[in-house]
Amino acid sequence: MSAREKPGTAAPDPGMAIPKGRQMPKEERLTPPAWQGGRAVPPNGDAFRLIGQRSRKLEGLAKVTGRAIYADDILLPRMLHAKLLRSIHAHARIVSIDASAALAMPGVHAVITGKDLPEYFGIIPWTQDEQALCETKARYVGDAIAAVAADSERLAEEALRKIRVEYDVLQAITSIDEGLEHPAIQVNEKAAEGNISKHVHLEFGPVDELLAKSDAVVEAEYWYEGSTHGPIEPHCCVAEYDATGFLTVWSSTQVAHYLHRDLAKVLGLPTQRIRVIQPVVGGAFGGKSEPFSLEFCAAKLSMLTGRPVKILYTREEVFYAHRGRHPMRLRYRTGVMNDGSLTGTDAKIHIDGGAYSSFGLVTTYYSGQLLTAPYAMPGYRFDSTRVFTNKPCCGPKRGHGSVQPRFAFECQLDKLAEKIGMDPIALRRKNHIGEATRTVNGLRVTSNGFLQCLDAVEKASDWERRWRQLPYGRGLGVAGSMYISGTNYCIYPNEMPQSAVQLKLDRSGRATLFCGISDIGQGAESVLAMIVGEELGLGLRDIRVVAADTDLTPVDLGSYSSRETFMCGNAALDAARKLRDLIAETLSERWGVPKSDVVLAQGMAVAASDPKQHAMTVRDAFQAAEARHGTLGTVGWYQSPKLGGDYRGGTIGASPAYSFTAHVAEVECDPEMGWVTVKKIWVAHDCGRALSPVAVEGQMEGSAYMGFGEALMETHTFKPAAVGHGAGIHHGPSLLDYRMPTSMDTPELESIIIESVDPEGPYGAKEAGEGPLHPSIPAIANAIHDALGIRCDRLPFSPPAVLALLKAGDVRAAWEQSRRPRVAIGTPAGAPRPRVVKQ
Amino acid sequence: MEPSPSQICRLHVNGDERSCGVTPHTTLLEALRYELGLTGSKQGCDKGDCGACTVLVDGDPVLACITLALAAEGRDVRTVEGLAEGATPHPLQDALDRTGGAQCGFCTPGILMSAAALLEREPAPSREAIALALSGNLCRCTGYTKIFEAVELAARELRERGTRPKVAAR
Repeated sequence: MSAREKPGTAAPDPGMAIPKGRQMPKEERLTPPAWQGGRAVPPNGDAFRLIGQRSRKLEGLAKVTGRAIYADDILLPRMLHAKLLRSIHAHARIVSIDASAALAMPGVHAVITGKDLPEYFGIIPWTQDEQALCETKARYVGDAIAAVAADSERLAEEALRKIRVEYDVLQAITSIDEGLEHPAIQVNEKAAEGNISKHVHLEFGPVDELLAKSDAVVEAEYWYEGSTHGPIEPHCCVAEYDATGFLTVWSSTQVAHYLHRDLAKVLGLPTQRIRVIQPVVGGAFGGKSEPFSLEFCAAKLSMLTGRPVKILYTREEVFYAHRGRHPMRLRYRTGVMNDGSLTGTDAKIHIDGGAYSSFGLVTTYYSGQLLTAPYAMPGYRFDSTRVFTNKPCCGPKRGHGSVQPRFAFECQLDKLAEKIGMDPIALRRKNHIGEATRTVNGLRVTSNGFLQCLDAVEKASDWERRWRQLPYGRGLGVAGSMYISGTNYCIYPNEMPQSAVQLKLDRSGRATLFCGISDIGQGAESVLAMIVGEELGLGLRDIRVVAADTDLTPVDLGSYSSRETFMCGNAALDAARKLRDLIAETLSERWGVPKSDVVLAQGMAVAASDPKQHAMTVRDAFQAAEARHGTLGTVGWYQSPKLGGDYRGGTIGASPAYSFTAHVAEVECDPEMGWVTVKKIWVAHDCGRALSPVAVEGQMEGSAYMGFGEALMETHTFKPAAVGHGAGIHHGPSLLDYRMPTSMDTPELESIIIESVDPEGPYGAKEAGEGPLHPSIPAIANAIHDALGIRCDRLPFSPPAVLALLKAGDVRAAWEQSRRPRVAIGTPAGAPRPRVVKQ
Repeated sequence: MEPSPSQICRLHVNGDERSCGVTPHTTLLEALRYELGLTGSKQGCDKGDCGACTVLVDGDPVLACITLALAAEGRDVRTVEGLAEGATPHPLQDALDRTGGAQCGFCTPGILMSAAALLEREPAPSREAIALALSGNLCRCTGYTKIFEAVELAARELRERGTRPKVAAR
């Protein structure tokens, strides 16, 4: 593996670079205890009791009976309601703000502006470029300028209308090219150069040489339209600053710990005077993974008024708060040999970042770093530039930064397969990177079930008999992907554990687990309970999880980068095994049997060698252990090993384990109208051991659905600057106009779980929440090609786009040409496929 | 300035007679959530697009965020809190929990009310009929698959029990 930066790019990066010497973790990194037999084995040696069962979620009945408390369900005595005044211009200097008329209204208690909260914040410590309220300049339509606290929401809204803001309107930048062409019109003054938010150039292996000697090269440009998360719960928070000077913030966040830190920074309060609580969250998908204006404003207004303050975003505000999928323009050159082996890949990527940095530094790296598996790449180069524009800030949406390049690259593979006359599944098998290996950019791959994923979707979709053989208008397409199981390093550099739990055992026979874990609907808390129950012989009803409360729970970094099951799961396993050890030791002494003979399962503690003689309830076992060891409680934590390539940026994309996915999509197209109907998506996902199969399937189906929506229906777009008036206004910031798929639109989804037991995951588990989204879009694009002979390289694949492609040439003839005799049916899965010779 | 509550609104909710102060423009959702403490019904868009606020009025699903509280006076209103029979969850609630049809749970109350109205009309709905009945309820988590399974499961259980869900009146 070699990594070299182009001459000239070793100089300080344009944009906000990581300070030198900070990007690599220290050598003396803590590593969690290694357990005998490893992490993957069941505690009682034989089989799992809870793990792998189709069980209910801990909070499931509370949710279905309407009892679960979300942020907007919190109503405190004397609570005020606040609203934010938002910029009507995409780019404008704020000359003056006059709030006197608003403040004079009866029932209005406070108005704040940028001067009241001048401190900059941002999720990435090196790119803190946001203020809770703009002090001097608004950078997108919807940028927050002032906040009003009043007796009611309606009154606060009326007061907003009385605030007079004098703007000096500036030329707006609404596209990547405008941003690059007009560096003097600077969107974000924190950028080191023009409108460059971040530039990354990395090269591994002799790319140009490999491309030159390839038998076939495909070069194409792709456009990935932006999309947004669209959780059904809008952002909401309640802040209460009490008489002792202590601030409590309930927020619909997925990163309570990071919010805690940024609240302290912006409000100037010590962190120990702040408590952040995450109530039940109504969906997030990455859209609640950083602080927003509402949390700072509600807190500040509570500090000023001495009363609790609630802010609930309107749906329109949620669209403008955004932080969703970045629009990307991706140009790829990919080479292949006639035997199907990939040679070099060269990518040039431009990213539309919106007005602020958000996670953009990571996005820019992810746009290249996460493409290097499941296929071996001898040579790989990417050059990614994130550009500031006067639009709502983009950020991490499910499959952060890598869904867009994955779309482009999997379409590239389909084109390459066609060029050399190879089945696209065979091409993917041929380049399988394997397990226990390293990628060209230095990522360590442990377990890998990608081949089994390919086999599963090939079989389930009856690919052999149907691909390239369905009638005109119908088609199948395949795509694969990989994703991280947690980012390897904390967002702010430190050597403390990434996840931690405290586990308390009660004499009643009940366990309580305290953890900063953020359950956003994926079932993260239930997975922890399953792990604890498996180790201690408890049922799920006897375990309580107290989560995401910075006063009560040890730190977990939050629900992002698909880290919760892997990292918190390992922490819970650590704590539960320590506790189990104390109980086993007690019983082994009492019964005179070896510790390994003690079994805790299904509410009972028994000696496996003589269960008739030696048996008691786990409650009695807990009490015996308490009498022997004192009050029972343990801590557990997880810290990933030092990982990543040894070059600048080499840690970004590093993860302790990777998940793998393959999809086959089936489409039915109407060539007259351009309509594409996705009939079915087969989703095979390698999530390591599936701790909770119901939850895993839910993530697979939800991911495939979301990718489907991005492929065909959803566009998060804005009026361009060229129109003059109204530049930067969202084309449809409502759930009617922004077309999220309904129950009528969504295709049939079939999930097939592939379990490659990972050596480092808790019981061998890996992620399932984001990986399965990636192949949806290219699988649909490739299926459209099989159906109609056209290549959809631009999202979304809407009827006008499909019609335009159909009219672009004699595509019907090309389609007829593509019908070929097939590989003999019955070739064993996994075996190298014979090449199909082009006729 | 916002007018103070100018009227008493009497609502028949989940079998209870409740009254609260409203203005003429107070929505049914606001009255339920913020005046009567029935926070089970959710606000996802406040303009009738997402269906999270769906409640039953005289047995029919309506969007509480675009229904005035006063327009529901004297009618039978049923919310997610009124679906269970005492402490026993309604078969639909139980089925959604078992199948994993509620992930974040925010759309769930609305989904439940739409599905309950469907099963009241049609004890053995096809998957197409279920999809149609739920087409006004956006779910962003599940891809709908497990919700369909839950409704089918609940319908089967209700048929086996030989009873229809009691959602229109108690």
